[in-house]
Amino acid sequence: MSAWVAACVQAGLVAAVAPLLVGFMRAVRARLEGRAGGRLVQPWRDLRKLLRKEPITPTGAGVVFTAAPVVLMATSVLVAAAAPYLSTRGPLSGAADLIVVVGLLLLGTVALALAGLETGTAFGGMGASREMTIAALVEPTLLLSVFALSTRVGSTDLGAIVAAGATDPAAVFTPASALAAAALAIAVLAEAGRLPVDNPATHLELTMVHEAMVLEYAGRDLALVEWASAMRLSIMLGLLANLFIPWGVAGSLHPAALALAAGVFVVKLTVLAGLLAAGEVFLAKLRLFRIPELLAGSFVLGLLAVITSAVLA
Amino acid sequence: MNQVATALGVAFAVAGVGALAGLVVPARVRSAAAGAATTGVGLAGAAAGLCAVSGTSWQVHLPNLLPLAGVSLAVDALAGWFLLLVGGVAAVVGVYTVGYAGQSGHGPASRTALAMLPVFVAAMLLVPAAGSVSTFLLAWELMAVTSLLLVLSEHRHSPAVRTAGLWYAAMTQAGFVVILLGQAWLAAAAGGESFATIRAAGPGLSPVVSGGVFLLCVTGFASKAGAVPLHPWLPRAHAEAPSNVSALMSAAMVKLGVYGIVRVGFDLLGGGQRWWWLLLGALGVVSALYGILQAAVATDLKRLLAFSTSENIGLILLGLAAAGLWAEAGQPAVAGVALAAALLHAANHAGFKSLLFCGAGSVLKATGTRDLDELGGLSRRMPATTALVTVGALGAAALPPGNGFVSEWLLLQALLHQAPGGGTVMIVAAPVAVAVVALTAGVGVATYVKALGTGFLARPRSTAAGRAVESPRSMLAGMGLAATVCIGLAVVPGVAAPALDRIATGLRAGSAPLPSSGVDVRLSGVASTISPLWIAVGVVGLTVGFAALARAVGRARRRAAPWDCGDGPLTARMEYTATSFAEPLQRVFDNVLAPEQDVDVTHPAESAYLVRAVQYRRRLPDRIEARLYRPLIAAVEKVGRAARVLATGSVHRYLAYMLTALVAVLVAGVIR
Repeated sequence: MSAWVAACVQAGLVAAVAPLLVGFMRAVRARLEGRAGGRLVQPWRDLRKLLRKEPITPTGAGVVFTAAPVVLMATSVLVAAAAPYLSTRGPLSGAADLIVVVGLLLLGTVALALAGLETGTAFGGMGASREMTIAALVEPTLLLSVFALSTRVGSTDLGAIVAAGATDPAAVFTPASALAAAALAIAVLAEAGRLPVDNPATHLELTMVHEAMVLEYAGRDLALVEWASAMRLSIMLGLLANLFIPWGVAGSLHPAALALAAGVFVVKLTVLAGLLAAGEVFLAKLRLFRIPELLAGSFVLGLLAVITSAVLA
Repeated sequence: MNQVATALGVAFAVAGVGALAGLVVPARVRSAAAGAATTGVGLAGAAAGLCAVSGTSWQVHLPNLLPLAGVSLAVDALAGWFLLLVGGVAAVVGVYTVGYAGQSGHGPASRTALAMLPVFVAAMLLVPAAGSVSTFLLAWELMAVTSLLLVLSEHRHSPAVRTAGLWYAAMTQAGFVVILLGQAWLAAAAGGESFATIRAAGPGLSPVVSGGVFLLCVTGFASKAGAVPLHPWLPRAHAEAPSNVSALMSAAMVKLGVYGIVRVGFDLLGGGQRWWWLLLGALGVVSALYGILQAAVATDLKRLLAFSTSENIGLILLGLAAAGLWAEAGQPAVAGVALAAALLHAANHAGFKSLLFCGAGSVLKATGTRDLDELGGLSRRMPATTALVTVGALGAAALPPGNGFVSEWLLLQALLHQAPGGGTVMIVAAPVAVAVVALTAGVGVATYVKALGTGFLARPRSTAAGRAVESPRSMLAGMGLAATVCIGLAVVPGVAAPALDRIATGLRAGSAPLPSSGVDVRLSGVASTISPLWIAVGVVGLTVGFAALARAVGRARRRAAPWDCGDGPLTARMEYTATSFAEPLQRVFDNVLAPEQDVDVTHPAESAYLVRAVQYRRRLPDRIEARLYRPLIAAVEKVGRAARVLATGSVHRYLAYMLTALVAVLVAGVIR
């Protein structure tokens, strides 16, 4: 029972922290660019405003369009509840599997892509097409990193991987681990739609990917999409943090341990997000057809990680 | 009397009655009669399969039924799995056929087509039930001939059907010859033609014989299964056959190629050497990648589904290859998991592909086109069909909570596992295989988003699509049956665990892979767990919960025109089409797909800087067909032309040939 409560707390924490993290990244970026920037809670204020507004469905669009934001939110919440952010002992051991997490996140992407096509506009189709192309090419890197991480534990269960890393630091600081971290980091950038793959701040026709897909959303629907997207970023940064820096994750479900783990988790997220935001200042968006080269590079890193882990084991 | 025997007996009897009914009853009720008979054959076959996978085995030898070798049948758990698969697909397709064939009396409702349908299903049931080489080959050929007749049902309709029939006939017969050679060699080396005799002698055969037999059999079976590069018949036959036949062929018939490989490789030859399985794995990798890339850029809905069949067969072969490699490396637990993954994926593919081909048939019937670039807007005209196709597409895209996801997860578990004994080969081969499965899954998702998003959603891109009407009830019922099976396999795949355990232990290739599975799927030898039921409950429950919450507390929804950049209302011509959706993928995989593109720009007479019209043409030929088969066909034609010189029509010449041949035979006999 307490495992379920812990999972709900964890999902709530991710949902609450995610918009703040976006605000923090914008603040870091603004400061580095010499601007004043918005407040930390600005994304939350935006969400509150949007949630109160009426949702608008374009004429001709049907149930897929209205269902997509909810599906996106549902998959994000499910992953946020199941993944080992606070404790390695979740209630759903069968859903905290790395492959399942990848699949659930992809399901959310697919829902949005179908909604983009459903609007019947050129923007929606363009965004959907680009997003699916990138998602298809990210998949091999993601699963190869999974492979590199799972071989040392013999399981793709996220809780098991994190728990094994926390008890045996020597297994974390290996060449294979470093290569896998690099590969996974690039994959996370692509999945979360960050620079240099996609620019979340752009609304320029030629360069939009994610924003083109969700262009028709307004009001409550848009709030759900934005919130879920922020959660996905936190989910992926959190995975990156806990897989490669597995300390500070509670091994039990004691409230004090969970509270401590929550603090550590937020610190980890903040550091990673700060680094990402600082890095983005120095990056330009890649041309769409140069992205496969970047992803091929991360794929090679992933392959090297797997072979290194097998050879050095 | 044995339950398997009773069920199979009923199946064959119903098939006979159904064939007769298809021939004699009037056109008005013909498709209903033949459809009912097909469903009956399917249900009886599935019942036989169910008994067999639950542990009832059965064998019989009927020496007087046919001259020389007689007929022998032997049904074990492995045969039962495929009986269940074929029977289930046939039951679905039978119901669907009633509405699909209709009462017109020609095309798919012609006498031949409807009489052949139950016979084809019976032949497909006979293949896994066969217990000797001669019975197996007989059933195989019966299946090939009946399916060929069915592919040709609409031969008056278009020349493409005749071309497809020719390709299919040539390749299936060539495949048959190769299998015949392989099995005859095997029977001769083992000293008997019944599978029991061969099974006893199989592991003791010399490596040259068993390797040669394996190569020949795999070539033949892989061509039936549609593995690349032996696939060119498949996109043609699946696209041009009536959709109920496409569903039967793609969901059931190609799986019997998989059955053949399992039966010969694991059962009769008792596993083998490493190079066999590496070769099979390479075949699987090429099929999976090439199949899904072609599917991703296809705009013909049925061609897309056909290439996706090649892809899924590739994944199944990859699972079998992993099973063989791990069994050879002395890891029966992981080998069992890989085998279970392959067999479960075969069943899942049968479920979603029969559903999707039936859906494509409904679309074709309602709009008259298979071209995704001309479809769209069907979700409002055909809501039930769209919902059912979505279930199938979710499974085919291998996304949770679809049924394809569970078997791909199992396959990945078998490949991700690095057990000792694999050696350098597995260290390199396993990551490559994982990457291939992942890329296939990723591109597969894009493919089905394209099929669903441009085919069914958005606005109609042609008047035909705008006038579509929902399919009749029997077609929806058939598809609903398939969708129910898909959902069942997606949510509680654990029900198949006892059957898969029995098959794996029966084949000596692996130990029971899923011994403690219930709601969760638990593996033996691999420490991962998945609970598809909880994932499905989580996704559906949260979605419904959030939707209800948003509706309860939020403001009402309003409709407005989409953003048109201030340029007046958008037309359907401005939508993204299937071609434009796949364009980035096509560009990324330019080297593999080698598209042929032409851009013609016409200028007005006044200036070459102005443009009057731009014409863009794109063709995506099957590169393997163009590079491998066209030269082969050209060479055969050349030899044929050259051989004409020998036959001038002169009787004297022919007599001289005969005399020469006779003398040669006599001389050869004397020298020996």
